Amino acid sequence: MKIHHFLSLFSTYFLVDGVNIEDRAGQFFSSGHTNNWAVLVCTSRFWFNYRHVANTLSVYRSVKRLGIPDSHIVLMLADDMACNHRNPKPATVFSHKNMELNVYGDDVEVDYRGYEVTVENFLRILTGRLPPSTPRSKRLLSDDRSNILIYLTGHGGNGFLKFQDSEEISNVELADAFEQMWQKRRYNELLFIIDTCQGASMYERFYSPNLMALASSQVGEDSLSHQPDLAIGVHLMDRYTFYLLEFLEDIHPASKTNMNDLFKVCPKSQCVSTPGHRTDLFLRDPGSVLITDFFGSVRKVELTMETINLTDPIEQLESAESGELQKEMHTYADQLPVSEIIHQKPKQKDWHPPDGFILGLWTLILLVFFQTYGVKHLKHIF
Amino acid sequence: PNIQQGRQRCIYGEVSPTEAGGGSDSPAPKPAASPPSVPRPKDDFQEELVIRPLHSGDIYTSFQFRTLWETDFTRENKVSHYRLFPKSLGQVISKFSVRELHISFTQGYWRTMQWGQPYLPSPPGAELWVWFQDSLTDVDGTWKELTNVLSGIFCASLNFIDSTNTVQPSASFKPLGIGNVTDHQIVCTENLTPWKKLLPCGSKAGLAVLLKSEKLFHSSFHSQAVHIRPVCKDDQCKTTSWELRQTLNVVFDLHNSGQGKNEWSLFKMFSRTLTEACPVASSSKIYIDITDNSQGEQFELSPATPLLSQAVVLGDRRTFSVYDLTQQITFGTMRSLNLLIRGKSSDMLRPLLHAERYVAGYGLQTGEIHTLMYNNHPYRSFPVLLLDSVPWYLRLYIHTLTVTSKGKDNKPSYIHYQPSKDRVRPHLLEMLVQLPPNSVTEVTLQFERALLKWTEYTPDPNHGFYVGSSVISSLVPSIVAMDTNNSRERPLFSSFFPSKEESSYFVRVYTEPLLVNLPTPDFSMPYNVICLTCTVVAVGYGSLYNLLTRSFQIEEPSPGLAKRIANIIRKMRGVPPL
Repeated sequence: MKIHHFLSLFSTYFLVDGVNIEDRAGQFFSSGHTNNWAVLVCTSRFWFNYRHVANTLSVYRSVKRLGIPDSHIVLMLADDMACNHRNPKPATVFSHKNMELNVYGDDVEVDYRGYEVTVENFLRILTGRLPPSTPRSKRLLSDDRSNILIYLTGHGGNGFLKFQDSEEISNVELADAFEQMWQKRRYNELLFIIDTCQGASMYERFYSPNLMALASSQVGEDSLSHQPDLAIGVHLMDRYTFYLLEFLEDIHPASKTNMNDLFKVCPKSQCVSTPGHRTDLFLRDPGSVLITDFFGSVRKVELTMETINLTDPIEQLESAESGELQKEMHTYADQLPVSEIIHQKPKQKDWHPPDGFILGLWTLILLVFFQTYGVKHLKHIF
Repeated sequence: PNIQQGRQRCIYGEVSPTEAGGGSDSPAPKPAASPPSVPRPKDDFQEELVIRPLHSGDIYTSFQFRTLWETDFTRENKVSHYRLFPKSLGQVISKFSVRELHISFTQGYWRTMQWGQPYLPSPPGAELWVWFQDSLTDVDGTWKELTNVLSGIFCASLNFIDSTNTVQPSASFKPLGIGNVTDHQIVCTENLTPWKKLLPCGSKAGLAVLLKSEKLFHSSFHSQAVHIRPVCKDDQCKTTSWELRQTLNVVFDLHNSGQGKNEWSLFKMFSRTLTEACPVASSSKIYIDITDNSQGEQFELSPATPLLSQAVVLGDRRTFSVYDLTQQITFGTMRSLNLLIRGKSSDMLRPLLHAERYVAGYGLQTGEIHTLMYNNHPYRSFPVLLLDSVPWYLRLYIHTLTVTSKGKDNKPSYIHYQPSKDRVRPHLLEMLVQLPPNSVTEVTLQFERALLKWTEYTPDPNHGFYVGSSVISSLVPSIVAMDTNNSRERPLFSSFFPSKEESSYFVRVYTEPLLVNLPTPDFSMPYNVICLTCTVVAVGYGSLYNLLTRSFQIEEPSPGLAKRIANIIRKMRGVPPL
């Protein structure tokens, strides 16, 4: 009896432990991504669109705070609000009335600024087809284990988003760009957030797998701005991103909040427009997707107690003193050598063969000449 | 994790093997033996801050951070061990065979007449000058790649620099180099952040803790620059070492930052005080210019310091109070240094050379560029070299070039003009002009504005298009003898332009950039035209079509219900309807 009791206790203990191990292993491999990227784009220019820059910078701030480093963030701002001459407080961009939160901060790296924010550059970043001399900070170097967050804000309409008041990107182009990314295995999962008027129209055409999309308003509705600031003179933020920022400020790298909470951000009572989302292309259940899977860069860490023996200490080699070779005396160049300049000979330009226009002109002259005076003169030449 | 960009540090040292976990009998680990001979570090870092109260009540602060490194980037085996010199810049130098590089980002315009001469001049916007090694063959391709790499390092839109706004001057900027003068740029914290990360101590220790963007950009003038060049290692100059200077010049305005009071302190200017010098710096000093204050009657400096230093800078012998941050007593009992300067500076010396530029004319067809150069010396004349780089869409008429001084024609002793090619390269005009004493020299040039293709307009074309500053280089006679011994013990701010002779010093003055409006089409025009045309066509053609193809018939009014039923019954019977 006692043995039976003891055995049953023993077996239950093992079963429970087994379940725990499976659970932990399951959690370890659940998300499937190894690195995080973020592409944050503000597409509006001019001082009265201050709120779009503040939107993008507040998402940038949250994403940096939760762990994604600058090297993995591509930040595109179409105009500079912080050092704009109309800004009464230079080098700051505020998101709250009464200047509570400076989202610009002291440590910010903008990769694409001003005129560089174009539809072409945006699509090139997404698909990776950039000219070879583009520096690393301007590239999206993601692989098939990357989770990417894409945030767009600006002025938009039904099926398009306006870039800098001079061009636009359509929802079909965007969907095709994502399909290119999928074909080239440039993402594992992608979260697309858009805060513009009629934002839901931008994700209507997506057809690639593992995409989740959120928008601040449905088709036919306008996204509204939150509050103006009388000292700065413009609206500081849009409603959707304002409540999104409030939501993200409560998230820390170890939090377990999932996407279902994100869908509830900014209900119609606060936002006036109806935020929408789209999860049918996403393979996992949104309830099991953590916010930090996209907004943070949480690494899985494995502790080990092994010791590693390093080799001999590094010694710097003394470079062979080449005192015998060389040395002509160097001198500092004269900054304004007046006599040299006056007596400078003009540079001999390289001789180029005459180009098409000159050749054509001469051919015409020759033809007219020989036509007037007879073809028999030609045989003297050939 | 706080990952720093743009720089990697090689940890130079030894690691001792750690004890294995739990229950081992090995003795306590002893520190590893140091290598037999520790090589003398070949790099050196110095930082300094110069503060000069200006006559108008503003205050001018100039930071200089210099790293000297004895290495050879052109060697076959690549340099891989970086200590104080930032790796990102070292790789740029070796990959692109750069001999000298100067890049500056400036916001605001330097007011020479009110503020005097700056220690390091810079034009508004961004400026990049590069000299390549003689071994480089493809200069254009390398230039393009170099501008892209630098735009990534400094988060600036330098990738718009291409052949259409790059010049190769023949006489200015000796030795010959390739450069781009001032594309209009907005300078903000995103340019300051990577600049700060290039410093060995970052912004965590030493003078760089004062660099907080909120205060720095709330100023009348802000300029940050990086200068890389080879310098002589010693007096014989048989070998050269690489020098990297990072400079930051700020002028704080009396009313904006100073709240109207003639009282400046480090805390008021930078919202920080100093607590220590950078640990890797061999010298860390603050110089305050007290030349006009010999008896202490103009302004008062606290805390007091016994150290004084004299230096000849910009043709004048100036006296400085020195605070040495490597000495602990500078920080006093509070362990922090907050300099206080109370009072105004007296009248300053009138600068000998200064220049202005503006556009004259009306309408969107033609215009005239006027450049004025002032020589304020009472009896000496000196030559100046004027470099103008005008974009191709302002078509210059060189036959209208006139140079007049005191109402009379002044023929330049050297003119080099390279005409522009549409969409390929800009105009380049270099002139060597002798400025008579105490005079104004005016250079005028007429131009015509071109109409661009509609894709070439920027998204905000009604703002206008910028023309870069003119560069005026000159050897100005100096009041006191300049120091021609270029040894290394001088303070940094006086040793940037090496002097070859004692009677004059080299000065570079930049004019204002110009903003010209080009004839801009109405970009909403196509949409309006399409709407109007479609409406007219629809209304006009539609009405005509209807009139032509519609035929009119007379129709009986429909009969009442009883008659309709009767008609149905009659149809069924086969009888004609009513």
